[in-house]
Amino acid sequence: MSPAPDSFLERAPLELRDWAVNLLPAPTQWLAHQLITIVAILAVFGLFFAFTTIAERKLLARLQNRLGPNRTGVPKFSILPWHLKHTLFGLSQPFADAVKAITKEDIVPAAADKVLHYLAPVTVVAFSLMGFAVLPFGRQYIPVELDAALLYFFAAGAATELAIFMAGWSSRNKYSLLAAMRALAQLISYELPLILSVVPIVLVTGTLSTKAIVVDQGFWTFSLLPHWFVFTPWGFAGFIIFLVSALAESNRSPFDLPEAESELIAGHLTEYSGFKYALFFMAEYFGLTALSGLGVTLFLGGWQAPCEFLQFIPSYLWFMMKLIGMIVFFIWVRGTLLRLRIDQLTRLSWQFLVPMALLNLGNAAFWVLSAHWAGPLQLVRWAVSLAIIVVPFVVMGRSLTAGYAPRTYRYAP
Amino acid sequence: MTFALLLIGLMMLGSAAWAMLGRNLIHSALLLIASWAGVAGFYLWAGAEFVAFAQVLVYVGAVSMVVLFAVLLTRQNQISATLIEPASRARAATGILTAACVGAIFGAAILSTGFHGAASAGPVSSVKRIGLELMHRNGAALLIVGVILTVALLGATVLAASDSKNSPEDLP
Amino acid sequence: MSPLHLCLLISTGLFCIGLAGALARTNTILVLLGIELMLNAANLNFIAFWRFGPSPASANGMIFVVFSIAVAAAEAAVGLALIIAVYRHQKNIRLQDANQLKG
Repeated sequence: MSPAPDSFLERAPLELRDWAVNLLPAPTQWLAHQLITIVAILAVFGLFFAFTTIAERKLLARLQNRLGPNRTGVPKFSILPWHLKHTLFGLSQPFADAVKAITKEDIVPAAADKVLHYLAPVTVVAFSLMGFAVLPFGRQYIPVELDAALLYFFAAGAATELAIFMAGWSSRNKYSLLAAMRALAQLISYELPLILSVVPIVLVTGTLSTKAIVVDQGFWTFSLLPHWFVFTPWGFAGFIIFLVSALAESNRSPFDLPEAESELIAGHLTEYSGFKYALFFMAEYFGLTALSGLGVTLFLGGWQAPCEFLQFIPSYLWFMMKLIGMIVFFIWVRGTLLRLRIDQLTRLSWQFLVPMALLNLGNAAFWVLSAHWAGPLQLVRWAVSLAIIVVPFVVMGRSLTAGYAPRTYRYAP
Repeated sequence: MTFALLLIGLMMLGSAAWAMLGRNLIHSALLLIASWAGVAGFYLWAGAEFVAFAQVLVYVGAVSMVVLFAVLLTRQNQISATLIEPASRARAATGILTAACVGAIFGAAILSTGFHGAASAGPVSSVKRIGLELMHRNGAALLIVGVILTVALLGATVLAASDSKNSPEDLP
Repeated sequence: MSPLHLCLLISTGLFCIGLAGALARTNTILVLLGIELMLNAANLNFIAFWRFGPSPASANGMIFVVFSIAVAAAEAAVGLALIIAVYRHQKNIRLQDANQLKG
């Protein structure tokens, strides 16, 4: 093994935490250990959320040929004789948005179910945050090491759907209720391809533990090509299905029917204002980040470096870079694709993604069974594996879109 | 350890009792979901993590959705009227009395038994062992449960699908 | 009173609450929820005996509970579909009104 696992940068945050924990008396040390981990995750991913919002607005703006927010800067402190006039390219926009959300008036409808109306944003943020506990951020940086980590992640994700129903119901608004039911239908439809696209990984690695799955991807061919699962035929297909389902599970464009402004006002969030609305927003981004983190862990090799000699960069930096890459990809998709209607999205899930995910499972089973094929038979293995995925994709794609006219594009002159 | 068990038990029983006594159907459903989460907490306390996560995934994530959809689809009139009409006193009293008698009999039976070979240090449960046992000894049962689930869900879909011939509001 | 006794008493309590709900309510959905509570109480018993039982190495208790959860979920789905079908016919979900075999 390379000397990377014990290098200073790799172990620095852990050493810092251990030093801080040792300052405290012995009976409270386990509590301090867990609390420091939790606070670190909240701080890092809270800042990540803040900068995801500004990155999204600026990236979308550039995709749409305009500048994003670039006016907010450093607030003027009256005790200073001068103040920084630079607008920082709009990077302090998230903090301005946070202040606005906190100071906005919190309007609760008079007929609303007060307890549920209050509990819904709290529940959704709590369960979205719980997904972060089993993601391995680095070589020794997993907050909770569970044997059934993947099952825990999906259980935490399933519980967020309940909060959306609570939000839609407690508003006592028929449009909110209708939109909540639509959002629930979308979430339930896409939970199945999400879980089915992950099952091939469990089949191949034989474990539900995220830490073991990342360790399983830590090999390089010729020290140059990583053995990440996305570079295998079944892994690539699984990754595509996972990406589409993750977009739908976090209610993001092109699946943002539940919360688009031109649909049923603001969907299940109609009667929410101020900080509660910001909490829903935050929960959606946390869910997206957690799902991206899971995608990075399962398909993109987690904290593994792409080439063997690049292991001197600490593992948590690799995780963060891959995570940022996935988030940027999601923002790119948001700015590019059109929104789907509810019947189009449920059709996509049930008639296309679920059969493809099941075929992918068979594909992964074939891959495992043919692992011992030698020499030129390996090429046959890759060819058959690709054929199992590509042929049904083309056939189903053609048959499901039969009868629609070919798409024409018109560009602005 | 027993204190944690008492806390989990209290939350479980308290929310279940409040759910069964309540007037508002949606509140009852949500409190029952809290009770199911309490059951999952009990499984975690006992060290059965796989079953705890499966409980949350299936009950809190899926069965709760089905229950809430059913409540919303069978509402009588306005949104606010998911109230439950007061049950007839005699039937309710008899029901609660029966349940109390059953509980008393079970409680007496439990308290008078001395369980031997109990209170071990805690069994080891790895997902790999569960997977192996499911596939080796209980493979047939697993396949049968798969068939049961498929048949049940197909049947439920057929039952709940509306027959468009008979509903008068679809006529022009 | 050992922890096993306490677990069994808790599951008995849950079973009785479910039984009381299933017997005393007129709303069919609440009766179904009571039945679900009873199934959960039985699962609690299984896990209690698995945890404190004589042979902790076998995963039989956990496997039974997994099957029980699956079958209970299927039964809840079918039961609720039945409730929706009955509602479509008699326009309310009062259990005591569904007492005729004639449709």
